[in-house]
Amino acid sequence: MKQENKKQKIRIPLDVISLLALLVLTFALLSAYPEKRDPVTAVFASYLLEMMLILPAVMVIMGLFSVFVSDKAVVKHLGHSSGMRGFFTALFFGSLPTGPLYVAFPMASAMLSKGARISNIVVFLSAWACIKMPQELVELQFLGLEFMVARLILTIIFVGLMGIIIEWVMDRATEKVSG
Amino acid sequence: MIDTSLFINAFALICLIYAYHHDRERTKEALIKAANSFIHIMPTILAIIVFIGLLLGFIPPARISMLIGEQSGINGVLIVAVIGSFLHIPALISFPLTASLLDAGATVTVAAVFITTLTMVGMVTLPLEIREMGRKMALLRNGISFCIAIMIALIMGVIL
Repeated sequence: MKQENKKQKIRIPLDVISLLALLVLTFALLSAYPEKRDPVTAVFASYLLEMMLILPAVMVIMGLFSVFVSDKAVVKHLGHSSGMRGFFTALFFGSLPTGPLYVAFPMASAMLSKGARISNIVVFLSAWACIKMPQELVELQFLGLEFMVARLILTIIFVGLMGIIIEWVMDRATEKVSG
Repeated sequence: MIDTSLFINAFALICLIYAYHHDRERTKEALIKAANSFIHIMPTILAIIVFIGLLLGFIPPARISMLIGEQSGINGVLIVAVIGSFLHIPALISFPLTASLLDAGATVTVAAVFITTLTMVGMVTLPLEIREMGRKMALLRNGISFCIAIMIALIMGVIL
């Protein structure tokens, strides 16, 4: 945990440094090519506006969930379900808006050691990575309904398959070792 | 576009009102958390948006679509898949970035493979994943995720 906190602290100034470097580069480029000034600022303004219309709301949703849904509750519910119910529970808890992927790894490993099915853990991690609820809202905003729904459905199908495949491979490996 | 943001904001407001009725203290805590993560993510967001501005303003769409558009075929998809696996940026920001690629002439397939590899395959977080989940499971998950990202993208290219 300590190490992760440290990492987080180091990343923030790095962000700021790269932003400043990019701004310097932008100003240099725009003064060298004044005719590009209008298109660049127009693109910047329109993307910034779209982002600012949704970002505060997305952050509020994420903040609420991270406070009201505890890690312990997630681990408790996911450790015990199996079959289709396990799949959907894993999908549901994975898509709750709570934090970056590196937070999910320790949770997943805790659940594994408590006897959760490997396929559920794979689904949980994948859902956590790419179908988190607030992310889907941002995807809807920028890429449209069709794109979002198609990617969501395909991802759920393939993630389920991946869970089964990984579980099969891992179980075979442990059988070999024990047998 | 405006409809979507209205929906998101309304949803956030409903959650907020419900939470406030339920537990004031924790709602305050949640709002402070939200403000903190908003501030923390701002530099990255501004950097990406400035980058998008430069990308669309300076590189002619014809050049971009030659690299990752119709003509590039499967090579374009593979290149973007590899880039997506190595880049480590928050998923929230990957969507405007992807939208800008689409604006510049990238195919739906390329856009989908970029998002999926970016979020599901993490070369930067792989050491951490190996430590927590074990080498075999981490490598399997990332490897298979890379393959399904390409499959998902190809199917999306066909149906959209």
